Amino acid sequence: MLTKAAARRGLKPLGNVVKRGFATVQDPPVRHYGGLKDQDRIFTNLYSRHDHGLKGAQSRGDWHRTKDILNKGDAWIIQTMKDSGLRGRGGAGFPSGLKWSFMNKPGWKEDPRPRYLVVNADEGEPGTCKDREIMRGDPHKLVEGCLVAGRAMNATAAYIYIRGEFYQEASHVQQAINEAYRAGLIGKNACGSGYDFDVYLHRGAGAYICGEETALIESLEGKQGKPRLKPPFPADVGLFGCPSTVANVETVSVAPTICRRGGQWFASFGRERNQGTKLFCISGHVNNPCTIEEEMSIPLKDLVEKHCGGVRGGWDNLLGIIPGGSSVPILPKNKCEEVLMDFDSLRDAQSGLGTGAVIVMDKSTDVVQAIARFSHFYKHESCGQCTPCREGTTWMMNMMDRFAEGRGQSREIDMLLEITKQVEGRTICALGDAAAWPIQGLMRHFRPEIEKRLADFNAANGPVLFGGRLQRDAPSELAISDNLGPERPSPEEQMASVPPPTATPAAA
Amino acid sequence: MALRCLRLRPVLSARRTFSTTRIARSDALFVHRDTPYNNSKIPFKFTPENLKLAQEIISHYPSQYKKAAVIPLLDLGQRQNKGWTSISVMNYVAQLLDLPPMRVYEVATFYTMFNREPIGDNFVQVCTTTPCMLRDGYKILDVIKDHLKIGVGETTKDGKFTLVEVECQGACSNAPMMVVGDDFYEDLTPETTKKILDAFAKGQKPKPGPQSGRHTSENSAGLTSLTSKPYGPGEHCLPEFS
Repeated sequence: MLTKAAARRGLKPLGNVVKRGFATVQDPPVRHYGGLKDQDRIFTNLYSRHDHGLKGAQSRGDWHRTKDILNKGDAWIIQTMKDSGLRGRGGAGFPSGLKWSFMNKPGWKEDPRPRYLVVNADEGEPGTCKDREIMRGDPHKLVEGCLVAGRAMNATAAYIYIRGEFYQEASHVQQAINEAYRAGLIGKNACGSGYDFDVYLHRGAGAYICGEETALIESLEGKQGKPRLKPPFPADVGLFGCPSTVANVETVSVAPTICRRGGQWFASFGRERNQGTKLFCISGHVNNPCTIEEEMSIPLKDLVEKHCGGVRGGWDNLLGIIPGGSSVPILPKNKCEEVLMDFDSLRDAQSGLGTGAVIVMDKSTDVVQAIARFSHFYKHESCGQCTPCREGTTWMMNMMDRFAEGRGQSREIDMLLEITKQVEGRTICALGDAAAWPIQGLMRHFRPEIEKRLADFNAANGPVLFGGRLQRDAPSELAISDNLGPERPSPEEQMASVPPPTATPAAA
Repeated sequence: MALRCLRLRPVLSARRTFSTTRIARSDALFVHRDTPYNNSKIPFKFTPENLKLAQEIISHYPSQYKKAAVIPLLDLGQRQNKGWTSISVMNYVAQLLDLPPMRVYEVATFYTMFNREPIGDNFVQVCTTTPCMLRDGYKILDVIKDHLKIGVGETTKDGKFTLVEVECQGACSNAPMMVVGDDFYEDLTPETTKKILDAFAKGQKPKPGPQSGRHTSENSAGLTSLTSKPYGPGEHCLPEFS
């Protein structure tokens, strides 16, 4: 039909061979992430090998033309942050530019209240030790970051809430603040820009929950660190009842460098929507644990092999990796080989980037025990405000302890999972979720390990009742109720044990 | 037949086991009991230097929110009071900040860094959370227990050491670690741990930080980053900031 039509139009028929130009689809060049050069590293004194004071900081480019950045105005700084694609480095990964812009709502100038930037330096997530290196090596980056971020959200003052255990770090930051005040870099007419800005240091006193933003605000106000209900969000009613924004140390510290080097520069690292450089801290069973600044989206395997001397006993000795601090689920070895260290890739692998704290476990690890220890941690750190978390963390801890020993029934695994689901999402803050996720991750990938352990224990000690008591220890004279899950003989066995009824002579 | 079964059963008195749960003491007792060494009659006052510091701290917060200074002031009081927060310290802080004492008690019992019982000269805190546990943190704890011959939460007879187990201290790349007073001792082995404790027992102060010879948290086999000289002001910046 086609040829007919073509002939009608006076075209030469093509014959049977339909020639097709095969348009070759050019694969986009595969980009490998990682391999950040020193000139692109923001934290150049990460290992405290140079002077952390003002002089040393200035020689490394801090406080360089900060006045010009401030004079560019809030909108320019926020736009630069948006262009850079920076996402909060404290764990949740909320776009920073957007978050800072919430402070400048239409009509904010009519609001007479002071406005605060609160820097979250309450680094308590197990596995995380990145902010510590910033504060002791590059404290001026943090102080300058406070000024720049504070200018972006038109804040009047910044409070740096540092965890009480970080004494050396707090003294370095305090020294940096004092030096900056003396040099006129902060305080009245900061850097000569005509903008007044104060920075204060506040030391906490040892509570993991104060890393949650509203708990941190409560703690800063001199109360128990118990998270507040949101809304109102801190951008409306925050510290001392004033508009405030809580940001992580790393997020704040990278801001001046991004402003000076441009949002495009920062956005050139990492995958789309996960741009930038990031501090990763690797702990656990690697040959040389370390903290390192690398490009986002670096493959997890590369990170471990290149910067930490590999897993103890070689990559094949790997059991699993927790890629983002204690609150995210563990990944088994096969997933560790393919994931990239960024928000989206790890979310797709049913885990999370969190704070970028990589905890490596090799095959010698008792993985159940390791996760059970996290449950102890969350039980200890739960503030006790919401019932699901206060009670749930204790239950989870008890059950995990029993599972580590093997004392339990396989049906209890699902009960434990049900508890985690009941805690998750039913509390004011995310501590409940954080306590639930590691257990869910463990069950997702290592359930056979636990089932084997339970079976071994049951084989050695006889059946276990719900709650961990051995059935043989139950008083024999009392009936064991069904909701304790006792093992009853099957109907056939029961029949076999009952003596056959003596044949009664048929009634005559 | 059923009746016969019943009769065959041994007749027992109604014996029931009452299960009691162990009293869970989080870190220490939450209730205050007056003791000879800890009661509200023992006077406490900031030294003039500390009072000056306290005024400085209070000035950091808006004047109607003096309360915000309660944690720093309790810490200051604890330092002055040989490392523990007695009821007198709490009362004094409450008086200084015009707070009902209860508001201060609430805070002092919530945060783990306030010791409400006296401690030894050297407050040894060992981290055993998972990253440290993976690097044998529990072994370090056992070594310390053996070496000092005390259990967790106890003080040695000579009053030199108090040992506690703590949650993550945020030095995970340098695990296992312990804190003595305010200083972190990292990358511990049983040998270095004993050495540190012996030095403290003699009244010396060993050098804090990693005990393995590395400087901070870099790769111990040699730097994998930051090997070149750090770039200077204006380098690699946008033209307008260079």
